[in-house]
Amino acid sequence: MIEETHEVTLRVNGVARTVRVPARRLLHDTLRHDLGLTGTHAGCEHGVCGCCTVLYDGRPVRSCLMLAIGSQAGEIRTVEGLAAPDGTLSPVQRAFRECHGLQCGFCTPGFLMTTTALLEEDPAPSDSQIEQSMAGNLCRCTGYQNITASVRRAAELLAEGGR
Amino acid sequence: MTTQLFGDRVERREDARLLRGEGRYLDDLGSDALQVAFVRSPHAHARVLDIEVDGALDVDGLVAIYTHDDLPGRLAEPLPLLIPHPALDQPRTGYALANGVVRHVGEPIAMVVATDRYTAEDVAERIAVIYETLPPVVGIATAYGAANLVHPDVPGNRSATLVQEVGDVDTALAAAPHVLELDLDIERSASMPLEGRGVFARFDPVDEHLRVYSSTQTPTSVRFAVAAILGLPDSRVECVAPDVGGGFGVKIMHPWPEEVLVPWAAMRLRRGVKYTEDRREHFVAATHERGQLQHVRVGVSDEGCILGLDVDLRHDNGAYTPYGLIVPIITSTQLPGPYRLPAYRVAFTSLYTNTVPVTPYRGAGRPQGVFAMERTMDRIAAHLDLDRAEVRRRNFVTPDEMPYDVGLTFQDGRPTIYDSGDFPASLDKLTALIGWDDFAQLRAEAAAEGRQIGIGLACYVEGTGVGPYEGGHVQVEPNGRVNVSTGLSSQGQGHQTVFAQIVASELGVPFADVHVVTGDTRRFGYAVGTFASRAAVMSGNAIALAARAVRDKAVRIAADALEANPDDMEIVDGIVRVKGSPSDGIALKTVAVLSNPLRYSFSEESKAATQFTMPARGGPPVPAGEAPGLEGRDYYSPERSTFANGMHAATVEVDPATAEVTVLRYAVVHDCGNLINPMIVEGQIHGGVAQGIAGALYERMAYDSDGQLLNASFMDFLMPYATEIPHIETDHLETPSPLNPLGIKGAGEAGVIPGSAVIAAAIEDATGIVITRMPISPSELWALRGEDEG
Repeated sequence: MIEETHEVTLRVNGVARTVRVPARRLLHDTLRHDLGLTGTHAGCEHGVCGCCTVLYDGRPVRSCLMLAIGSQAGEIRTVEGLAAPDGTLSPVQRAFRECHGLQCGFCTPGFLMTTTALLEEDPAPSDSQIEQSMAGNLCRCTGYQNITASVRRAAELLAEGGR
Repeated sequence: MTTQLFGDRVERREDARLLRGEGRYLDDLGSDALQVAFVRSPHAHARVLDIEVDGALDVDGLVAIYTHDDLPGRLAEPLPLLIPHPALDQPRTGYALANGVVRHVGEPIAMVVATDRYTAEDVAERIAVIYETLPPVVGIATAYGAANLVHPDVPGNRSATLVQEVGDVDTALAAAPHVLELDLDIERSASMPLEGRGVFARFDPVDEHLRVYSSTQTPTSVRFAVAAILGLPDSRVECVAPDVGGGFGVKIMHPWPEEVLVPWAAMRLRRGVKYTEDRREHFVAATHERGQLQHVRVGVSDEGCILGLDVDLRHDNGAYTPYGLIVPIITSTQLPGPYRLPAYRVAFTSLYTNTVPVTPYRGAGRPQGVFAMERTMDRIAAHLDLDRAEVRRRNFVTPDEMPYDVGLTFQDGRPTIYDSGDFPASLDKLTALIGWDDFAQLRAEAAAEGRQIGIGLACYVEGTGVGPYEGGHVQVEPNGRVNVSTGLSSQGQGHQTVFAQIVASELGVPFADVHVVTGDTRRFGYAVGTFASRAAVMSGNAIALAARAVRDKAVRIAADALEANPDDMEIVDGIVRVKGSPSDGIALKTVAVLSNPLRYSFSEESKAATQFTMPARGGPPVPAGEAPGLEGRDYYSPERSTFANGMHAATVEVDPATAEVTVLRYAVVHDCGNLINPMIVEGQIHGGVAQGIAGALYERMAYDSDGQLLNASFMDFLMPYATEIPHIETDHLETPSPLNPLGIKGAGEAGVIPGSAVIAAAIEDATGIVITRMPISPSELWALRGEDEG
């Protein structure tokens, strides 16, 4: 029993990457194990926890519910693409550090991607919009209070002209 | 840069790396390793008659299939009983791979190694196991009834019974003017970190060296367990806990079957081998907690003072007892909380069931004990028509009674003696924070609008910083870098930050120069682990002592070089100088150079320590009693635990139409002694409270009577999102512990402990329905309301 593989080209963080993978290979496995972008995490592999959230054409998606072979049409952004090339943290990343919005850090990339998408769509969300937007990501450490504070702070930093 | 950092809200050192996606969690390692999947039992109780692998052998990429028959020596024997106890007279532990019988769904039967996880799962699903099912024992009442047995040689399914008594309970209850009885029930839940378990091992055949990476709360102990079970010298095994994506107790359990099988396969195959647990496996193959039936009898005076308390606990320990009796012992000994109990008897029976074993989950038995005690307090108040806060106040141990000996033997085998705390002051803070005295009016106003709101509070005392010990090592390099290591590991508590704060403060060096490594046996071999709210107390104090040793040595060397009196020296911003004479100093990094007399120099700085440049002084280059290098190692081993405490209050609203419960406000007053980093302590409390609310309203392990876990996914096990957790208001009372040099008490678990007790009290206050069973769902509350209106 030998499995057929397919050539797949993904555009990740602005770079085209080509790999050969079986048709069933999930996007998060390809990102993590074929492309070495291990910042995207797998927490449940059934689309509930949000740890594997990446942006696909700017929208947050669960990379555990997508096949790599089916992800060739869009622009993919992962947590590795948030900081500037010299490593300077983005306003969203800085806000999470300032507000203690992470503890073990495992869910954090998912929250960062969700927050980034939220603030790109609406730079000044209300508290209730923030809470609703974060309600697709589980965190077991923080109790969420400092995460929502981080999102508010990120909006402030962006409004102050941060990038 | 200031060097006084202890107590400051310092941003975490860990964060930049984690925020960039540069964390290194278990599954991020070993990209070229072979991957493992397990064949696990679908039955709660069965004989394994045969394992047929023929249909799996033609899968391309298969490397090996192992069953119990393949395991050598100690690997084929039952896994260790980690914590023996004289009362645990029927201990049982499982095998790494099932040896003829399985006793819970999820128990591993065969191990598959393949080129990747997809292939390994293909193979696992083609392995046919022939079972003869046996009657399952599920639930505490069924286990206690013992119509069927989990282990045929354990009568009554009882692993242990233990009775502890202080004073004469029978006499106290006989004389009490009021005797009340309660039957209480707390269901199962679990730690549920977002990163499951995982192990990656590689064996170097040239060095004959095994390196094990595990997502564990105790790498040092995993190392010794792997060495013992695989028959290797300790010196040939090292264990590293990389970034760990949450623990909350489940990862203190060890060695898991996977934790010994993966290293064994790596040695046998001479390849890197990795196992990453998936979510369903975590539900059915890791461990759970909570799960007790409680019967309480309390004797009370007319004033509401407890005269005697008699508690009978039935504890579900699951299929095996690898972690001993720690959970029911903690329930028993922490149940009294901040209250003076003139007579107290607690008996527990620990029972086998055909479910996943029970080991500590954040709180570790305390949430159950606090539920029993606080429900009892509320019942006393209701019976005597007293204010619930006032009843608690009348029963408090007072500050002038500290240290207060409860008279029980704690989980560490040491006496339960409260070292500090001011319970009346904490209650004053809490009632002010939540607005306790004004709530009656709010409730009446809400009732006038047809709304049901209620308020509840609960208090707890938490033994933290249990021994036996932790150690710390601090070393100053000739370039000024300060390396710190301790053996216990981190799962998000910010140890790299708080331990650096301690060292920067103790040593007088810039925070940025201090670099902390935790959980790596290559750096520090002696440790116990991260559990029981002990890391800051144990390793924090050990590191402080090690830093003080470095400071003393630096002062000795600098005083010698400057011909000054060591008693007149201080270290400020990395300069060892004469007090009051800032210009008269010598950089700590230069002291590090001088501390290590050299024959060979490799840098400009180190020339100063070579044999023809070092200032001449009498005696040998390394003075008697000294060692080369500016470093120190010390250990902290407390005589007994230090007891933190806290009180929570919440207000809730119950929807009259749906019985849905919404937490309106949640207030916390917490006393963990001196705070190293208030930002991190508050973060720990927030996370704990979220788990407490989760355990009160959402999370349970829904086993059916066949022992199938019906909700083994995040679709069905309802972990709260941001939308379910209220804003948490916190206040601190700092009564320093007199037991340790830094005056600190643990903070990691506190937030979760009174959750079910507080929410039950608030729901009861809102609805008038007596709450005895948690967690509670809207449909259960609806049904109770029906009974009440009956």
